[in-house]
Amino acid sequence: MREINVQKITEVIKKLCMETNYYLGDDVVEALKKALEVEESPIGKEIINQILENSYIARKEKVAMCQDTGFTVVFLELGQNVNIIGGNFYEAVNEGVRQGYREGYLRKSIVSDPLERKNTGDNTPAVIHTKIVPGDKLKIIIAPKGGGSENMSEVKMMAPAQGIQGVEDFVVDKVSRSGGNPCPPVIVGVGIGGTFEKCASLAKQALLRTLGLRNPNPFYADLEKRLLEKINCLGIGPMGLGGRVTALDVFIETFPCHIASLPVAVNLQCHSARHKELVI
Amino acid sequence: MKFSTPLNNSDIERLNVGDKLLLSGSIYTGRDAAHKRLIELIDNGEELPFNVKGQIIYYAGPAPASPGKVIGSAGPTTSYRMDPYAPKLIALGLKGMIGKGPRSKDVIEAMKKYKAVYFVAVGGAGALISQCIKKVDIVAYEDLGPEAIRCLQVEDFPVIVANDCYGRDLFKEGVEKYRINI
Repeated sequence: MREINVQKITEVIKKLCMETNYYLGDDVVEALKKALEVEESPIGKEIINQILENSYIARKEKVAMCQDTGFTVVFLELGQNVNIIGGNFYEAVNEGVRQGYREGYLRKSIVSDPLERKNTGDNTPAVIHTKIVPGDKLKIIIAPKGGGSENMSEVKMMAPAQGIQGVEDFVVDKVSRSGGNPCPPVIVGVGIGGTFEKCASLAKQALLRTLGLRNPNPFYADLEKRLLEKINCLGIGPMGLGGRVTALDVFIETFPCHIASLPVAVNLQCHSARHKELVI
Repeated sequence: MKFSTPLNNSDIERLNVGDKLLLSGSIYTGRDAAHKRLIELIDNGEELPFNVKGQIIYYAGPAPASPGKVIGSAGPTTSYRMDPYAPKLIALGLKGMIGKGPRSKDVIEAMKKYKAVYFVAVGGAGALISQCIKKVDIVAYEDLGPEAIRCLQVEDFPVIVANDCYGRDLFKEGVEKYRINI
């Protein structure tokens, strides 16, 4: 068994919390530059220019690119031959979030109770998803999720008879109804299959993919391309003020499902598409 | 076009959807929790922590300032969540709101009736916008942390008029213009 001390986990989480919020991924920057060429609306172009300039300022000054530094979503892939020592694993994760948000001057956006709504003051707890995998490594992915785009997400339990047409209509309609609210240009994460909670989780995981990469299954790769085309015909455009670029990409993840079910989830991601990973 | 706060009716009448403005002067931040408290005060006939007449409320909850800076990242939040509260503030003389995303019919009607405008700032451009903010004072509700009401002194804050006092809506018009029917 390989030993990993919880202190190391806290350090990595702290560093990733700051870095994801300061540095927009190269794939997103490239996609925005391409969007600038495609966009026809003068206001839309100006907005994309501001988004790009904003990412350069955030990178240079080491400040959060968006004030909504998100709910800290943590994906852990824990090798089954790893022994975590020195303390409680999840407490170490939350300590990393606490230190990262405090020392990185990131906004604390979490309330301790959904109805009482008192801020926890340190952005904890994180939402933690753990997967046990073969091997002796620990992969940590941090994906801070802003509230604006998260609020525009939805799960629908469809009937199998609704099929691919039903899925396409739901996804396009969801983006259409969301309009300017989720900070377009957006990235659209789609989960198809599994159970109610599994398909929501697939949609979230889909958002971790690098922009431009397609689903390895050609059928779903085609569906991704078709959905992106349809969504960019909606006319919503940057910040919803009209334009050609509504989405930068569409990612689909699937899972087997019950004979009676066709669950579909759409998780929208704003253009501040933040995620970073590190393997210990 | 450059504009300074406070705004009066003749300023508002000069503004049309699609106008790009650089705003300077004092603006007040306020989002979900602060609006809830303001409306409770209005409903109880009590005085507000600041006079909204002629002012602009910026729907924002900034990130904390790092050393040497007056404020952290400070972009707009989604406006529809303030729709249930906005008409009462507009009726009291609020002249502008800055946020992102479309507004409800009731808010648009109130802007027409009492002459007010809704500006859009670029969501997710919080680092860029923070550079236009020169001074920050907490006005009320410090216990709300990022949701406290702050008075910001801004210089050349870039915004776009999305709803004017004539009932026009750039969200609707923009999408209609670029929609391709397939």
